[in-house]
Amino acid sequence: MPSSPLLPKMMKAHGVSRRSFLKYCATLTSVMALPPAMAPKIAHALETAPRPSVIWLSFQECTGCTEAITRSSAPSLEELIFDSISLDYHHTLQAASGDAAEHAREEAMKAHHGKYLVIVDGSIPLDEPGYSAIAGISNLDMLKETAAGAAAIVSIGTCAAYGGLPQANPNPTGAVAVSDIITDKPIINVPGCPPIPLVMTAVLAHYLTFGIPELDELGRPKAFFAESIHDRCYRRPFYDKGLFAESFDDEGARAGWCLYKLGCKGPTTKSVCATVKWNDSTSFPIQAGHGCLGCTEPDFWDNGGFYKPLSAPAGNYRRVGQAAVVAGVAAGAGGAYLAKKNKAKALAEHETVDAFTLEKEEGES
Amino acid sequence: MNNPNFDLLMFARGPLFDIALLVFVAGVLIRVVEILILGRKKDFSKAKGQPVQQGIKTIFTRTFPRPGAIKANPITIVGGYVFHIGFFIAFLLFVPHIALIEELTGLSWPGVGRVVIEGATVLAVIAGLALLYTRWKDPVRRKLTTWVDYLVLILSLLPLITGYVAVNKLFGDPTFMMALHVLSVDILMIVFPFTKLMHAFTFAMARYYNGSIQGRKGAES
Repeated sequence: MPSSPLLPKMMKAHGVSRRSFLKYCATLTSVMALPPAMAPKIAHALETAPRPSVIWLSFQECTGCTEAITRSSAPSLEELIFDSISLDYHHTLQAASGDAAEHAREEAMKAHHGKYLVIVDGSIPLDEPGYSAIAGISNLDMLKETAAGAAAIVSIGTCAAYGGLPQANPNPTGAVAVSDIITDKPIINVPGCPPIPLVMTAVLAHYLTFGIPELDELGRPKAFFAESIHDRCYRRPFYDKGLFAESFDDEGARAGWCLYKLGCKGPTTKSVCATVKWNDSTSFPIQAGHGCLGCTEPDFWDNGGFYKPLSAPAGNYRRVGQAAVVAGVAAGAGGAYLAKKNKAKALAEHETVDAFTLEKEEGES
Repeated sequence: MNNPNFDLLMFARGPLFDIALLVFVAGVLIRVVEILILGRKKDFSKAKGQPVQQGIKTIFTRTFPRPGAIKANPITIVGGYVFHIGFFIAFLLFVPHIALIEELTGLSWPGVGRVVIEGATVLAVIAGLALLYTRWKDPVRRKLTTWVDYLVLILSLLPLITGYVAVNKLFGDPTFMMALHVLSVDILMIVFPFTKLMHAFTFAMARYYNGSIQGRKGAES
């Protein structure tokens, strides 16, 4: 690989001041919940680290994750960080195509064996290799082959992290997550549909400076996925007061009341959406008036409906309830009928006895 | 990759809730319909008083303790009130619960804030524990108590405790605690028709019968 320019050079080329770079490092430090003293360390590490080779594999995905990371405001520092890594293969962003593109991947793998970072977006189909293939190579083969020499893997987006939308019921392609296939490499899951751009770049920055961040039981960096959206939501006071929007255009919705009854999944969704927010901290879905879909959680597509309150039953309760009413009334009536019949039968079969007969029976025995 | 806590929650509010609903609704209806159809043996004697009026009156008057009862059994009476009122405030006025009832029946009403709900929950749990204690401590009551009575009281307290823990994130994974909360309700619904919990539906009939029997004899209740 040609010698890679370090970050200061890149900054100069993009017209980014050192001040804004340091500000960015401070932001990263704070969103990763690191002590403030770490900011200069991050800046130093980012400035001096050689650009690591990154291979970005896109499988069963919608390119939304790539869109999110590239559509941050321009010229963004997120973008700059991205430029500061050597993105050797990304079939949406790279200029090369066909064999040349595949050669770039193979070359990067050979040149940086054991050191390169693999980023995956999209899930992997297991049912039929042909469901998703790149240059005739099935996703499964490409992932296995590329992961073999990787230092670590970052699963970007819920599809790569947990199977996501392609895995939604009835999962026609047999889609699975990266961690379902690769078990011998460190995997950082950065779920979201898409993940927040700052979170993606902060995780990369953390990897470049301090290595693998501390992960939760679902493989997510704890710095970004430790608290629920509900706990940090600016509408939380309305939840606590018992004030809820009943529809998307009622008084409550206009007054910014809690969206729980409209299906918000904030209470069970861990992410920093409510604090870091999107589009340069402009807003996030709940602020825009729509409940959280829970997109950073596994199976979010199948978790009981986007517009159903979290507390509402998720099964086939209506039919079951109707059947229970019919069956209960019928069985109750049947039971009463049987009891009455038994009583009548007992009455009919009841033999009267008088003292004379009893005395006679006693005399005989 | 799955989130086992969320999967448990989905099981509790999905298939297990369906089963619980079936057992609860069908079980309660079987018992109530059977009781109503069987009725009572017709009394051919001429009523000396007003059986229907006294019956209906008794449904309400028995809600209040007879004179001297509070003095004789303060914890049972006061604890009983606090537990029932607290339980129903937490159950019927917490908005996520109203959302559930609205989803099932289409009926909805305004809820109250967290302070009221959590205050009611805490008081109901304290009252329930006090009732459990006196039941265990009093030798007569202890003799009269079966293991099902203890089970029912504990099962009635579990949804309150797990709900409080889950909402306030006191300990454990909040999603897991929420799953436990829903599971505890599912179990309560399943045991409901087979235990004394049925009093929630049969109390009115029982009071009516008692009142009307006395009313027929010319007594006031």
